[in-house]
Amino acid sequence: MVLSIQDLNVKFTLRGQTLHAIRGISLDVHQGESLAIVGESGSGKSVLVKCTMGLLDANGYIDSGKILYKDADLAKNRTDKDWQSIRGREIAMVFQDPMTSLNPLKTIGKQIREAVELHQGLKGQAAYQTVLEVLSDVGIDDPQRRYKQYPHEFSGGMRQRVVIAIAVACRPKILICDEPTTALDVTIQAQILELIKKMQQKYDLTTIYITHDLGVVANVADRIAVMYAGDIVEIGTCDEVFYDPRHPYTWALLSSLPQLGVKNEPLYSIQGTPPNLFREVKGDAFAPRNPKALKIDFVRRPPYFSVSPTHKARTWLLDPRAPKVAPPEHIRTLREKGGLGNG
Amino acid sequence: MADNRKKLVEVKDLSVTFGSRRHPFKAVDGVSFHIYEGETFGLVGESGSGKTTIGRAIIRIHPTSGGQVLFDGKQINGRISKALDREVTQRIQMIFQDPMSSLNERAKVDYIVSEGLYAPGHHLTQEARQEKVSKALADVGLLPEFASRFPHEFSGGQRQRIGIARALIMEPDFIIADEPISALDVSIRAQVLNLMSDLQKKRNLTYLFIAHDLSVVRFICDRIAVIHKGKIVELAESEELFAHPLHPYTQALLSAIPMPDPKAERNKTLLVYDPGCHGYSETNRPAWRDVVPGHFVLASEEEFARYQKNY
Repeated sequence: MVLSIQDLNVKFTLRGQTLHAIRGISLDVHQGESLAIVGESGSGKSVLVKCTMGLLDANGYIDSGKILYKDADLAKNRTDKDWQSIRGREIAMVFQDPMTSLNPLKTIGKQIREAVELHQGLKGQAAYQTVLEVLSDVGIDDPQRRYKQYPHEFSGGMRQRVVIAIAVACRPKILICDEPTTALDVTIQAQILELIKKMQQKYDLTTIYITHDLGVVANVADRIAVMYAGDIVEIGTCDEVFYDPRHPYTWALLSSLPQLGVKNEPLYSIQGTPPNLFREVKGDAFAPRNPKALKIDFVRRPPYFSVSPTHKARTWLLDPRAPKVAPPEHIRTLREKGGLGNG
Repeated sequence: MADNRKKLVEVKDLSVTFGSRRHPFKAVDGVSFHIYEGETFGLVGESGSGKTTIGRAIIRIHPTSGGQVLFDGKQINGRISKALDREVTQRIQMIFQDPMSSLNERAKVDYIVSEGLYAPGHHLTQEARQEKVSKALADVGLLPEFASRFPHEFSGGQRQRIGIARALIMEPDFIIADEPISALDVSIRAQVLNLMSDLQKKRNLTYLFIAHDLSVVRFICDRIAVIHKGKIVELAESEELFAHPLHPYTQALLSAIPMPDPKAERNKTLLVYDPGCHGYSETNRPAWRDVVPGHFVLASEEEFARYQKNY
């Protein structure tokens, strides 16, 4: 286990009100795995990983809970100086939009070199050679020429490669990819995901993907955590979540993918809006949007029920006393694909 | 079957060139297609392929440098009369990609939606205008009260609905949707796609749907054109295109679609399109050929023979 988040609560103060963004999340990240955190915007997935790097906005704070990394509790870090030894060196991040995460006034080479000099302690020719090496690692041809170029001379996909190069040049243990491909074309998206996978093997990284698109992570994730309203509602291995999802929200997310849609029939869409986290959420946060919600869903927050040692979900449907609710049609087809039948 | 349908939009040998006269850059190079009334036509390609430029050339944002655009039988590119220009501005509307930046941050929804109605020639009273705004908002599933709010008070999906309402209020026949759902969350995408197909059924709208993601396009489009570097490389009905992709670029695009199926994903091979693989030269030029009626592909003679054999 590299990183362990224990009962984390994060709150924001906005115009005198308190927003409860992360509502008691516990999550263990294992060495060498790739974990995907999936959820719609506002579910708190970005806030969760920002906590691990001390990048919360000024009005946000960790209310309670621990973030354990190498025997240290990161939740106790306060100043930028505390974080300096973590950011980049231990945990590095790839941001969503490669158009804005690079400095437009510096050459690509200089920007990667900064990371190399700071984190690997190299200087002069050695640093230059390492930069060239990293550049060709991430699939950029003709690194000598590219070293001297500015970000505007690169296409979107190439820029994202540079951002990844900067991240791995720090030689981190954990690489966090916050929507790494949302701003990119489908063809480029597939290539970038391949690249991150390659980097993970080469540098023995643990990767955490954050995305709103379940379709994207089927290829890259070992485990998937589904987030809704500041809470992990289901977590399991990739196959378990895709072929045997248990939480109604995971059902809804999977059913609304256009890849599974049937032509000339309306796509499944989730009704309503996510709950207002300024107010205390009662019961299961997804219940108001779930047409098949049970009565208890509105009253008591469900605990985690284990489906298998690696798979658990926060829904009353898994309680032995709950009535049998059949998953929607799309989910049953997925099950058949996974060879699990209708059981 | 297709021939007795009315062609609402016809694009013939369209070219759009940017840059100076000395360094011209052909963004769109000899593109021809037509869109039948009431259908959804998909235009798919990667960024920089010229798909947006085609949409913008049709709606007269970019001047064309060659070819013809016919709308309802009349030529609408190049110099046209003022009356026709007005007609075109009213009958063709556009939905933009990013709902965060396509709405005027400093105007209220009321104004954003009805801005087109302020154009001379509409002469609406304040009441009539407000009534139209409420109706347009209701059509896209928003409450009429929202008219007095500012765009920043809305979520991404709601903003995109405002963008659609703004297009609808002009009662257009033809809507160009330029990546309308790329910037949205997956769960919201479904809502917007459903809304668009509902509106199409109710109002007999015709769509030009521009996207880079084939999986979305398959769901909503009747026919799809795949465009690469300013040229259409393949055009077919959507199910036909997915069943028999012929051009290597189409195959590469299809292989890149992320599937929500881990087992299939692990076994898939990603195809990368190499534009040099065709070996086109002065003597071996690609041409526009149809493999079966309605399924066109850009191929040289030898390639075409191979495509037909493998079909």
